[in-house]
Amino acid sequence: MQKQVLVLEMSMPVLFLAGIKNAMNEKEKYQKLKEIVQTYLPDDVSVDAIRPESNFTTELNINSANLVDIVLDVEDVFDITLENEDMDGMLTVGDALTIIDNKISDK
Amino acid sequence: MQNRVVVTGLGVCAPNAVSLNGFAQSMAEGSSGIQFQEELKQLNFSCQIAGKPNIDRINLNNHFTKVQLKGLNASGLVYGVVAGVDAWKDATLATASSKPDWDNGIVFGTGILGVDKFRDAIYQVDAGEVRRLGSTTVIQTMASGISAFLGGILGCGNQVTTNSSACTTGTEALLMGYDRIKNGYAKRMLVGSCSDSGPYVWGGFDAMRILPRKYNQDPKSASRPMSATAAGFVPGSGAGALVLESLESAKARKAHIYAEVLGGAINSGGQRNGGSMTAPNDEAVQHCITSAIANSNIDDNDVDAINGHLTATSKDPNEIKNWAIALGRSGEHFPYVNSFKGHFGHCLAAAGSVECVATVLQLEKGVLYGNLNAEDVHPDIAALVSKSKILQKTIDYKAKIIAKASFGFGDVNACVIFSRY
Repeated sequence: MQKQVLVLEMSMPVLFLAGIKNAMNEKEKYQKLKEIVQTYLPDDVSVDAIRPESNFTTELNINSANLVDIVLDVEDVFDITLENEDMDGMLTVGDALTIIDNKISDK
Repeated sequence: MQNRVVVTGLGVCAPNAVSLNGFAQSMAEGSSGIQFQEELKQLNFSCQIAGKPNIDRINLNNHFTKVQLKGLNASGLVYGVVAGVDAWKDATLATASSKPDWDNGIVFGTGILGVDKFRDAIYQVDAGEVRRLGSTTVIQTMASGISAFLGGILGCGNQVTTNSSACTTGTEALLMGYDRIKNGYAKRMLVGSCSDSGPYVWGGFDAMRILPRKYNQDPKSASRPMSATAAGFVPGSGAGALVLESLESAKARKAHIYAEVLGGAINSGGQRNGGSMTAPNDEAVQHCITSAIANSNIDDNDVDAINGHLTATSKDPNEIKNWAIALGRSGEHFPYVNSFKGHFGHCLAAAGSVECVATVLQLEKGVLYGNLNAEDVHPDIAALVSKSKILQKTIDYKAKIIAKASFGFGDVNACVIFSRY
């Protein structure tokens, strides 16, 4: 598990620089998001496949219809509200993290 | 021995017209029945436009008894009864007087019936007022309420049932009735389907983000089948109805014959190989089309025109590709193709039947209706089909054979082959 987080940190320098003062929180956010996404993975896709750069539909094979459910779960877990425009740009796990960060900092 | 099956009556209650003549005119002229819906705006819908039949000027006393009209709050049921009774009258069939006619049956589908009535009931039950539901809740909210109402009005004594297969429902109902007559179990079957209007039916689709969100100020441009700028399907509602009859019965009573049903196929993609709850398995779609062609005893090249499912989502190019593969035809050799959803949106469970009525009208009138909002043909479609085959305006054309297909959530498909008689 620790190893995975390291991979994450290395592949997301921008995100982590932005949130460097609160690095632990970033890990927690990612973990929470991963737990949400995990529910919607098809049987033949493992949790380990979830990476920041993973595209929800083309790489994780999540049914596009379920994207709206992921958004609802994100809203509940992070106590934020996503607009239509936010969802349009949410193609990868990393996109979702960026949107979550922006929404939390806007609060 | 198997019976030949013909269409002898049509009825429709659609967003663009609520009479058969008005509907034929609207289809030919290319007028749109899609309108801004203030109610959806008030409820914070992203898509605030829809297709909803205007029944204000229909005298419901001609279709329902006083008792039936009391507490009637089921829009799909109203549309279905109007279309169904009109089709029956159009076929110049009488309603049974004292005893039922054992040779007349009904397959009339719906996705969900009486949603508004059900909402009323939920409020009353939660308030501890169950007694106040009266006798009208069950009959307006049971799925088979629509076939039950029609069965009672017309006095049908054969099978009277309701089918449900999402957006395939109407076309499936037609093929179920067709099978029954073909195999000699009934002589006449009223087939069709209906779908409620309103936020409780359309809300779930709005939440799925598959409806257009940027056309609230321009409703008539919103439904864009086969277009490069297609932005999702416009929710619709209504009902379509057809009287199917054995050729023998139709001839015996000198009925007007609109068209013949040559055959058709119903199948499912099993939600495998790209198919899912919401997306079709391409192989299954192709299999459905080729099966329909085969059991109609025609050749791929006999199909003069296609009326597609083509809802105006990003899946339209996929559907065209499936037709091209199934028929082995492309470019200039592809049949004429149209979608009527540009006119009235996607009538959901009613889509198949309303579109079958329009397809049969094309054979009857010797025309092919033009597509609306398809000027900018999607490049993936243009790569497969000559643009001359995607009609922008209604043309005079005496098609001999038209194929019509509907596809639905659950990865279910239906394809019917109509022929000029």
